[in-house]
Amino acid sequence: MAFQPKITAFVCNWCTYTGADLAGTSRLQMAPEVRIIRLPCTGRIDPLFVIKAFERGADGVIVSGCHPADCHYNSGNYHARRRFAIFRDLLDFVGLDPRRVIFSWVSASEGGKWRDIVDSAAATIRELGPCRADTGDEGRGRLACAS
Amino acid sequence: MARIGVFVCHCGENIGRTVDASSVAEALRSHPGVVHAEDYRYMCSDPGQTLVREAIAANRLTGVVVAACSPHMHERTFRKVVAAAGLNPFLCEMANIREQCSWIHEDREQATGKAIAITRALVEKVKANTPLETIRIPIERRALVIGGGIAGIQAALDLADGGAEVVLVEKESSIGGHMSQLSETFPTLDCSQCILTPRMVEVAQHPRIRLYAYSEVEEVSGYIGNFEVKVRRKARSVNETLCNGCGACTQACPNRKVPNEFECGLGKRPAISVPFPQAVPNMPVLDRERCARFMAIRKGITKAVCGKCAEACTRGAIDFAQEDRFVTEKVGAIIIATGYQLYSIGKEQPEGEGLSGYGEYGYGQVPDVIDGLQFERLASASGPTGGRIVRPSDGRVPKRVVFLQCVGSRDPSRGIPYCSKICCMYVAKHVMLYRHKVHDGEAVVFYMDVRAAGKGYDEFTRRAIEEEGAIYRRGRVARLWRDGDVVKVQGFDTLSGEPLLLDADLVVLATAVRPQPGIRALAQKLSVSCDQHGFINEAHPKLRPVETNTAGIFVAGACQAPRDIPESVAMGSAAAAKVLGLFSKAELEREPTVARVDAAHCAGCFLCERVCPYGAVGRREVRDRAGRLVKVVAEVNPGVCQGCGTCQATCPGKHVEVQGFTDQQIYAEIAAL
Repeated sequence: MAFQPKITAFVCNWCTYTGADLAGTSRLQMAPEVRIIRLPCTGRIDPLFVIKAFERGADGVIVSGCHPADCHYNSGNYHARRRFAIFRDLLDFVGLDPRRVIFSWVSASEGGKWRDIVDSAAATIRELGPCRADTGDEGRGRLACAS
Repeated sequence: MARIGVFVCHCGENIGRTVDASSVAEALRSHPGVVHAEDYRYMCSDPGQTLVREAIAANRLTGVVVAACSPHMHERTFRKVVAAAGLNPFLCEMANIREQCSWIHEDREQATGKAIAITRALVEKVKANTPLETIRIPIERRALVIGGGIAGIQAALDLADGGAEVVLVEKESSIGGHMSQLSETFPTLDCSQCILTPRMVEVAQHPRIRLYAYSEVEEVSGYIGNFEVKVRRKARSVNETLCNGCGACTQACPNRKVPNEFECGLGKRPAISVPFPQAVPNMPVLDRERCARFMAIRKGITKAVCGKCAEACTRGAIDFAQEDRFVTEKVGAIIIATGYQLYSIGKEQPEGEGLSGYGEYGYGQVPDVIDGLQFERLASASGPTGGRIVRPSDGRVPKRVVFLQCVGSRDPSRGIPYCSKICCMYVAKHVMLYRHKVHDGEAVVFYMDVRAAGKGYDEFTRRAIEEEGAIYRRGRVARLWRDGDVVKVQGFDTLSGEPLLLDADLVVLATAVRPQPGIRALAQKLSVSCDQHGFINEAHPKLRPVETNTAGIFVAGACQAPRDIPESVAMGSAAAAKVLGLFSKAELEREPTVARVDAAHCAGCFLCERVCPYGAVGRREVRDRAGRLVKVVAEVNPGVCQGCGTCQATCPGKHVEVQGFTDQQIYAEIAAL
């Protein structure tokens, strides 16, 4: 059977979650691999969530919220942006391909953009193959990915 | 021990077609902690709700997951159902298997698998849910209306008549908005000012309306029921209490060559002026950019020059030293009614909007090519020509006027794919106004479609064509250029298939309707969102058309989408009704999904205080029994906190948690997916 990746999406309630709902209301067909976890704001997304998702078998992670300057809570997405700018380096350090973590801004009116992100994420992760993020597998205590 | 109930909805065919709801229920039945799982055709229907209620009682459930539509749709519905069965409403979660599953996938097996995974994750989350109590907060029974056009006027009057106090903020020196610029209105050809100005006066005289004209919203803080708004009252250079609107200053001003914005540049005004005679408040503004005194100051001349207006004023109301002042108002609700502006075909376009001008129409540099609002001023009896329709270039009466519809609108290549809605109707009106005044004149209209949906609208456009002799040509105009004293119009009639080259005396462009320039900055201050064109997003396009996604903030008129007058008025009234409904309660109930600090473990680093967008985090001293200070910890004001959770992600020890989105709940979800 072809590799079916598991992708966990952490999205904010106001923009991306609503955008994903709009994609549904508009009946935009997309890759089925993405599972959404709804949070109030991208500011709520702890980088540890992403690590945890990989640890629990995700092959890719999407983090998406309101566009800069559009945050429902004024500035939560700016905090998220700073946090994840640094987090990217950490990913590399722990041996995770940064391409497995996709950051984006999707507003409540961008159902089409959400579909594109889901499809391209699914394609990327399918290409990268499964992520074996079971810690310590490589004997170095690092998260290890097949790619 | 958790006793979770899972209720899977078919939503008729909506979920049932691609997701096998009974398989989902079957799969969940064996999930640890689930004691009851069933599927039903319409879970939100009355029998569906009864089913949930009875199952809660029969199985002594401690948590409920409804696998159905988006929580934005029915979370509230099912929380009420759960509460009615005696369970805490926050022990209910929605698994979104419609918008985010059945509607976006076709493969039944895959969609069913995904639905099971989504539902399982929510079951794991709900196991970690804790009962929460609704927060009650007081309401300030005053409303802020931003924008004094017809939508804002209507909202303010309805609110004030309904017993609420209103603060109306208008950025121009008079209320009235674009409607005050119109000559007549479709489809009745009522005189626009005749129906508008009595309402403007009513606003000014209403005991419960406080009007801040020539003012802008500077800052907004707080939350539903308790907003605090800082208003910038821009310097008029006129003392509002002394001025009685006699107009002596405007008569005295020697500079009479300032392009008049109210007349869309077609007329001139003095440097100190009121926009139009019926202005409310009837009080002039001194234009410091154009006033000789201020121009001299900018050039470094220290001697006070001119001052003719101050000499003419018998009440000493001219105040050259006046500065912007700030007032702070407490309000419980806000209505945004900032209206629209017209798209310009010029080369210069606002940055970041993806717009481009019309080079083939000469970027608006061809004389005798005007836009719809300029035509309104030409046709208006109070306009610069006294209602005579003449060419701006030489003052001659045009014998052939060509009207172009959809300039910018429905043209994705210019960045505006939407229909501006009002143009078909006002062009038909312009045709009539023109033909009524110039009997031997010829009116040619280029259109894409005639969209005349509305009461009496189609009859109106038919009348323009059949009775008023307008020539409607379906097609677009490829080029406009000046040739001698005529404007050459090169187009194509797609119905007859003939290319056209017309000599026009005057060309009127029905340019697209766009939101006001400052809309994005205002939206940011109010924490509401805009669509990609800058129109304010409503909470739901069908069911919540005048609410925004931010509680307590409402929207009316053309700042939400292109709107005509009746729609703007209806939205103004609707928003006012919503606000009055809010104000009818003694106390406001708020969702308790706010942050809470674990004081026992808080180390007092106050990183949360620094990142909180609302200033909701304060400090509290913890003392022992002897009154000695043990430590200082963070404390969240639940009234101010909006529950974004940035504090929680920032806290190094994770000792502040957003109720309903705790780490335990999220990790449970992650682990289950």
